[in-house]
Amino acid sequence: MRVDLQNPEPPTDDPRWRSVRTAMRRHGHQPNALIETLHAVQESFGYLEEEALQYVAAGLRVPPSKVYGVATFYHFFTLKPKGEHTCVVCTGTACYIKGAPEILEAIEQEFGVGPDQTGEDGKLSVLTARCFGSCGLAPAATFDGEVAGKLTPEQAVSRIRRLMDDDS
Amino acid sequence: MIPEELKDVAAQWQEQAGQYAHQVYVCTAAGCLSSNSDQVLESLQKEVKDRDLHEQCLVKGVGCMGLCAGGPLVAVQPDGVLYAHVTPEQAPAIVDALGDEPAADLEAIEADAPFYERQEPIALENCGRVDPESIEECIGADGYAALARCLTALSPTEVVNVISKSGLRGRGGAGYPTGLKWSTVEKARAERKFVVCNADEGDPGAFMDRSILEGDPHRILEGMAIAAYAVGADQGYVYIRAEYPLAIERLRKAIRQAKRMDLLGGDIMGSNFSFDIQLRLGAGAFVCGEETALMASIEGKRGTPRPRPPYPANYGLWGYPTLINNVETFANIGPILREGADWFAGIGTEKSKGTKVFALAGSVLNTGLIEVPMGTTLREIIFDIGGGIPDGRAFKAVQTGGPSGGCIPEQYLDVAVDYESLRELGSIMGSGGMIVMDETACMVDVAKFFMEFCRTESCGHCLPCRAGTPQMLGLLDRITRGEAVMRDLEMLEELCDLVRNTALCGLGQTAPNPVLSTLRYFRDEYLAHIEDRTCPAGKCKMRSTTEVNR
Repeated sequence: MRVDLQNPEPPTDDPRWRSVRTAMRRHGHQPNALIETLHAVQESFGYLEEEALQYVAAGLRVPPSKVYGVATFYHFFTLKPKGEHTCVVCTGTACYIKGAPEILEAIEQEFGVGPDQTGEDGKLSVLTARCFGSCGLAPAATFDGEVAGKLTPEQAVSRIRRLMDDDS
Repeated sequence: MIPEELKDVAAQWQEQAGQYAHQVYVCTAAGCLSSNSDQVLESLQKEVKDRDLHEQCLVKGVGCMGLCAGGPLVAVQPDGVLYAHVTPEQAPAIVDALGDEPAADLEAIEADAPFYERQEPIALENCGRVDPESIEECIGADGYAALARCLTALSPTEVVNVISKSGLRGRGGAGYPTGLKWSTVEKARAERKFVVCNADEGDPGAFMDRSILEGDPHRILEGMAIAAYAVGADQGYVYIRAEYPLAIERLRKAIRQAKRMDLLGGDIMGSNFSFDIQLRLGAGAFVCGEETALMASIEGKRGTPRPRPPYPANYGLWGYPTLINNVETFANIGPILREGADWFAGIGTEKSKGTKVFALAGSVLNTGLIEVPMGTTLREIIFDIGGGIPDGRAFKAVQTGGPSGGCIPEQYLDVAVDYESLRELGSIMGSGGMIVMDETACMVDVAKFFMEFCRTESCGHCLPCRAGTPQMLGLLDRITRGEAVMRDLEMLEELCDLVRNTALCGLGQTAPNPVLSTLRYFRDEYLAHIEDRTCPAGKCKMRSTTEVNR
């Protein structure tokens, strides 16, 4: 039996699939476009769902096991949805020396969300980054994408508090 | 565009720029941007426009000016004034002071301050001076002129010879002679060849490559094109961290502009040389900085290294000969061809030529990006350029080379920095991260930090690294908690030796370095943790003696 694997239909009619499709097409559906395509999925959907992995596997003619292998090998990809708000704390050397561990500790104490976790209510994700390359600002963190430097644990907690309060 | 037209564009730009009596540069690199330099830029542009000065005064965003500790930075030329910590509200005062003494209420940095005086920018020569988003301006600052010269006046072998003669060595850390690498790829016979730029700057505490890419992306494209011409490649890849969105955006734009002007793509500048560059985004795996892992990742696979030989120069991407150089290495290519190999070889030490860019961070006053001739001492870098340790604290050690490097103590601060001297001290040059630590840093804790890094980043491919790093981390953890005995330290040293000699790739082989170097210079701190169950720096939370029941 022959199955047309080359250009499978997206799993749903969600318009966000379009950019995933474009990424695959731009690379001629070559298997080496796998990482680029996963970036496109994560950019559109925020994380890599199982059906997305299946779709990409079929589109690039790569075994699903390999797609899963790549998706889990790289730290940048996440298979779970992130919380409504994201705080990324840099844990590079300069930030570590200047107090990143204390910031993470304060956040966990205040909000009950540890490093690389998402709170049970899905409101907050706390992530760690290897290094932002903003070592001049150490210790640094981003709050919903906005970089803040020379942070104290108290400032970090109040920044997150402000993000959460804006919703209510 | 042909080489003559390139000169026209350059002349046109220079003439246009010469019409301005004043130029105001605002740093828009990531560091300053995160302290709102974009708003400073906006308010300066508005102020100049409101006063109808926009024909005499050019306000533009530029790349990193180096002194990140003072951000946002604003430079005024030709006055030679540099303002630090500028706020959008200070725009009128800056415009008032144009062509005059620096505005009194603002924080101005002396042009002859040691931070700038001691530097010698080559890779960073245009960083902080040109608008990274304007190709015309880059051409006006000699951009692509070296490529034009190669295509019209030099044979590929001649280009390789110039690079060999310059003595340039790989700036990614290992210091392999660049000319030798180029010559190996040039001599390889194959139907296709590739050139790869390693921009997977994964070392924590390093931001040299990021600043070059954000501040002067065209220089990298030109360096890669020259390399491709020299070795006979027609396709290039920049492998860049996804964590650097601004650098990615500027590179993408630069590639588009260069293609439009025939400086990349088919038949470059009317010659029969074709070269195209694509971006490949990393996805947060430190091991992908290792060249064989990097190639696996470009091919869309898991980034696991493979044994070498065969080296990428003979068997690289998809099995074809591949030249892989680091961002800073490519940034040096243009100036070497422009000024000549002898000029470059005249800078630096006997075995390490040219300059090196360092990212100075940690417990130092002037955190930022610097470029100094090889052979500058650590003391000059940290105390003269860096301004010393803040808050009246005492210097303890400087960490170079990231997770593969080591900590260098006070007594070696007068050593001239080059590839060999740092290796002798048990550290490495690495890509250029330099983290200064004061008396409050615990060296065992620092070793633990790097081991934790290596354990997480181990790709799991080879046993010594996969199983050895968690064991070493466990031992370090016991030491920092005051639960270790002397046998643990012996075991740690045995494991270091084992992993160093048996791991497959550089990540594993160098993972023990932070432990070994701190043991070499700060053994008494380890002993204090084990025998006295105290942390001399007061960093580690030790269990009290009564709790430990042995």
